[in-house]
Amino acid sequence: MKNTQNSLGTYLKIHWKTIAFLIVVLVGIGIADQMVNSFVRRLLNLSAIYTIVALSMNLINGFTGQFSLGQAGFMAIGAYTVAIFTVPVGLRSTIFYMEPMAPFLANIQLPFVAALLLGGVLTTIVAFFIGAPCLRLRGDYLAIATLGFSEIIRIVFTNTQNITNGALGIKSIPTISSLWWTFGTAIIIIIACFLLINSSYGRAFKSIREDEIAAEAMGVGLFKTKMTSFLISAFFTGIGGGLYAALLGTVDPKQFYFTLTYNFVLIIVLGGMGSISGTIIASFVVTLGQEALRFLDEPMAFGLDLPIFRPGLRMVVFSFLLMVVVLFYRKGLMGTNELTWDFIAQKWHSIKAWFGRKTASSQGGDK
Amino acid sequence: MSVLKTENVIMQFGGVVAVNDLNLDIQKGELAALIGPNGAGKTTAFNVITGVYTPTSGRVLFSPTDQSGTTTAIDISGKRPDTITALGIARTFQNIRLFSDLSVLENVLIATHLNIDYSFLSAMLRLPKARKGEQQAREKCEFLLERMGLIDLKDEKASSLPYGQQRHLEIARALATDPQLLLLDEPAAGMNPQETDELTDLIFKLKTDFDLTIFMIEHHMDLVMEISDHIYVLDFGCTIARGTPEQIQNDPKVIEAYLGVDEDVEN
Repeated sequence: MKNTQNSLGTYLKIHWKTIAFLIVVLVGIGIADQMVNSFVRRLLNLSAIYTIVALSMNLINGFTGQFSLGQAGFMAIGAYTVAIFTVPVGLRSTIFYMEPMAPFLANIQLPFVAALLLGGVLTTIVAFFIGAPCLRLRGDYLAIATLGFSEIIRIVFTNTQNITNGALGIKSIPTISSLWWTFGTAIIIIIACFLLINSSYGRAFKSIREDEIAAEAMGVGLFKTKMTSFLISAFFTGIGGGLYAALLGTVDPKQFYFTLTYNFVLIIVLGGMGSISGTIIASFVVTLGQEALRFLDEPMAFGLDLPIFRPGLRMVVFSFLLMVVVLFYRKGLMGTNELTWDFIAQKWHSIKAWFGRKTASSQGGDK
Repeated sequence: MSVLKTENVIMQFGGVVAVNDLNLDIQKGELAALIGPNGAGKTTAFNVITGVYTPTSGRVLFSPTDQSGTTTAIDISGKRPDTITALGIARTFQNIRLFSDLSVLENVLIATHLNIDYSFLSAMLRLPKARKGEQQAREKCEFLLERMGLIDLKDEKASSLPYGQQRHLEIARALATDPQLLLLDEPAAGMNPQETDELTDLIFKLKTDFDLTIFMIEHHMDLVMEISDHIYVLDFGCTIARGTPEQIQNDPKVIEAYLGVDEDVEN
């Protein structure tokens, strides 16, 4: 008994900063949940969902080094599962007015959590069948194949009128508004990913990223390990997609166009391929930034009637940002580092040292 | 008792026959060497044994000893490299292939992945089983690093190590897979005479301490002649000679193809 207390004591001693930080975050979410208006609330929810999807994309792209572009398709499966199974049975005939819902689905309604998990599971199953042939490919082929499958998923959803209501989409999905759903899920997934990356499985993922031949020679089964990473990634993406559907209250195939995937590519490249904390930071920066820069999309005239500001201009900012990152921060904001207390302390020292040198050299100049 | 036996192994790439009729028979507990001029097919032979290539024809028989002490010969030609590693053959690379962005300790830990007994789910939830497995792996790897004299560098990036220590790290990493047969591809390449001497001692000690059979490719003839029990000489993919160091040194074919005429021998 004493032993467990001791180990708990040392555990607290080592991790007190992290635990304190986590408590601050949780209290912050609690306060924000009470205070913020619906616009900010939606943005924060969206940021949390983007964190989930981007993090799961980073798992396969950044940590395992397999460039997969199937995120939009996987999100669609999760989102449609939640949509199909949570829309109240009574409303279904009004939504599916072109063609009634398939009888085997028409009367099934699941609680939100069950539908969310089912979405994750279905995404994983589909990912297995995509991964089985694709993960044997190396390099760019995987990216092309997953991108193709992602589009196939979208087109299938557009054409299965009696299940997904086709191009009309599904409306009246019971929405979530509390921040706890999205942030709670995001925190659980972040912790799970962190523990996974710091286990033997995470190291096996990284070994494949570093050198496939050496990894294989050290007994890491390439296909099996890539598949593990791909399926975990798909599961979390499916969950993210389900939350996305429940946040928006409506799904239609156009939302899951392949450009959605590029949002996540942008996030993981900005944040750092292979960094969990970088992904989290970049998810919030990109999601909030896309809203904050919305004024750029509105027509505006500077004396002359030049249409400089026009829809789509805010994306130019992100293109520019991406170019700057690619040119000067090849590895993104965090590279493969994590924002640990040691990392912060180290940065702080180097900043202090830099200022110290500055003042020292300016004093030297005075003499 | 033979640990590794290749029977008429031929490895052909298009019209090029890289390995032609390779017949090895490596006994348990011995230290065998594979020598030959550049381009003789030595590394290709290693790649065939470790599963990187599937031989065009022929068989590679590996006889690992299991826990109960019985040995069974398994045909490993055409099996995947990770399966072969799991059976008990580990290797190092001629042109060092470390996971350069990862730490020294992580490099060695990766090699223990094939022996883990917990699932990724228990890793994600950090269940006691995962925690215990992680602890054991860490202890084992720290022991190996200690043994190779790298323990003080365990948190350094692998790519930041000096060349000689990167070679040591490769050996430590190979040992972490619990091999019975260790293949060393030019372990002393690029080392100065003193480092080569140290490496010679180290290889010899590792062989007894870890109960290994070692098969190595090496160009440093001093090292090869000093510690090998048997030597195979390869030229243009063919085994031109096999035998003890004395036999090899006096074999006219080997002298012509590889060793060159030694003035001392002439006198």
